[in-house]
Amino acid sequence: MNFKNTANIGYGLLLLALLAAPFLGAYPIFVMKLMCFALFASAFNLLLGYTGMLSFGHAAFLGGSAYMTGHALKVWAVTPEIGLLLGTLGGGLLGLVVGFFAIRRQGIYSTMITLALAQMLFFVFLQAPFTGGEDGLQGVPRGKLFGLIDLQNDLVMYYVVLAVVVAAFMLIVRTIHSPFGQVLKGIKENEPRAISLGYDTNRFKLLAFVLSAALAGLAGSLKTLVLGFATLSDAHWTASGHVVLMTLVGGLGTLSGPIVGSAVVVLLENKLGEIGSFLASVTGVEWFNTLGESVTMVTGLIFVICVLAFRRGIMGEIIEWLARRRAANAGA
Amino acid sequence: MEIFGVSLPGLLSQLLLGLVNGSFYAILSLGLAVIFGLLNVINFAHGALFMMGALMTWMAMNYLGINYWLMLILAPLVVGIFGVMVERLLLRWIYKLDHLYGLLLTLGLTLLIEGVFRSIYGVSGLGYDTPELLEGATNLGFMIMPNYRAFVVLASLVVCVSTWYVIEKTKLGAYLRAGTENPRLVEAFGINVPVMVTLTYAFGAALAAFAGVLAAPVYQVSPLMGQNLIIVVFAVVVIGGMGSIMGSILTGLGLGVIEGFTKVFYPEASSTVVFVIMVIVLLIRPAGLFGKEK
Repeated sequence: MNFKNTANIGYGLLLLALLAAPFLGAYPIFVMKLMCFALFASAFNLLLGYTGMLSFGHAAFLGGSAYMTGHALKVWAVTPEIGLLLGTLGGGLLGLVVGFFAIRRQGIYSTMITLALAQMLFFVFLQAPFTGGEDGLQGVPRGKLFGLIDLQNDLVMYYVVLAVVVAAFMLIVRTIHSPFGQVLKGIKENEPRAISLGYDTNRFKLLAFVLSAALAGLAGSLKTLVLGFATLSDAHWTASGHVVLMTLVGGLGTLSGPIVGSAVVVLLENKLGEIGSFLASVTGVEWFNTLGESVTMVTGLIFVICVLAFRRGIMGEIIEWLARRRAANAGA
Repeated sequence: MEIFGVSLPGLLSQLLLGLVNGSFYAILSLGLAVIFGLLNVINFAHGALFMMGALMTWMAMNYLGINYWLMLILAPLVVGIFGVMVERLLLRWIYKLDHLYGLLLTLGLTLLIEGVFRSIYGVSGLGYDTPELLEGATNLGFMIMPNYRAFVVLASLVVCVSTWYVIEKTKLGAYLRAGTENPRLVEAFGINVPVMVTLTYAFGAALAAFAGVLAAPVYQVSPLMGQNLIIVVFAVVVIGGMGSIMGSILTGLGLGVIEGFTKVFYPEASSTVVFVIMVIVLLIRPAGLFGKEK
């Protein structure tokens, strides 16, 4: 069985599981949140994994779009699809501005620029009247999709989110396999060579940045629609760190990595308290009971371990293992 | 006397406060630049090291009764030793990799350090009294100058200028600069570059802790105090460029002053003004004010 088939079967099974999840006892809101983060991480990976640009400003797109969608739904009372569209466009627009400055410098400087600009936007959101400051934007209505389908029902909402996330993910897959995506890969491997081949690499990088930001914005918009609120914490730089971690844990530059990574990270954070009490009961060390409140500490530890010993991430390791096995079989 | 509707003493006291903030920017961006020069690592943990310096000062006072002046030496020493361990145990393994892994590793380290202190001290600020010797203020006639703030600016200047002198004018500094240019060649001349790298990181860490001790009586001491600061310092580094030591110092101080003035004339923008300046500099001089990189 070749690798592509294995991957397709994997995606098929995942899709089936997601379609059936609400009937298998999964809490729809939680799965919807997971899907939003999976989309967020996939959008981020498009930039880091396939273009080689580390953005530390993606929280601004996630949080910014969440506010825009929330504002549009609540104050302008638009229908949900318009709200999502506005949020996505808004994310892309923010991406255009941040990306324009980020590509003026190379490598690590570019990362610092994205971080600084995102921090600036964070302060803007903190002070702007339409975001509700530290309280966030509360009570955003879900409304009726196309004015017809009532999204108040969690099950209906669930399948709408699933459809949107799958469509967005397919767009990412399509982008990566398109000639445009190949140029991005070329830039990642060797930018000077891409320039010498006649590509205006800055334009490609900016376009990738805008696309990634727009999709991250879509994730933020969906999250607001599902949860009914938009908070400042989504725009904080720690959310950017979060998405880096998800991508790194799952596997940089692999399509499935961000999905797996986001699931692992979100589940871990939700279950950390339980894991802690379990460890405490097994080892008898009282301190483990407080683990649930030490999410940052555990996140930091995973970061350090990943960078030092596990740079390929979960899916990266699996893909590598499959490839090695295939090579061994071919040789035999 | 009034300038643009603001009294002169008020203006001058904001100027001094701006200089205090600027001193911290200068010391921290200086450390970042020195570390980046030799290690090629952007040390995200710089804010956490700064916090460690401040929190350690608070802990020493409250648990052991060790006073401020002793901590001014002890805290950088302890954090410097911590820096040696970080470099030896963690950073050493990633020098050959892409720059971004250095940033991610030190980010993880930051979250780890902050998480540990947060689980003990929470997020609320702890007060630290100004050392007795520097309590009160001096009336200069045109303004009332708080003694401690003046001391912070003075101490920072001394540290910054000495660092500049050592790096630019002494033999040790020459080794360091040569190591930045071409570490293998320097090694061929019989200089132990790995030790130099370790000590450089330790020195940067000690500088951050020194700034932390200075900051303890000015800011609220809290496990998260370094978090927002480090991002501003990144912007300072982008504005100044990391090629020049004096450039880092001047940019840091200058931005502190500009931020102080913004607090007087347009307080809403005081938290964003440094970032706005960064944007302007990127438009006009993409390589930064003192930048040498392409």
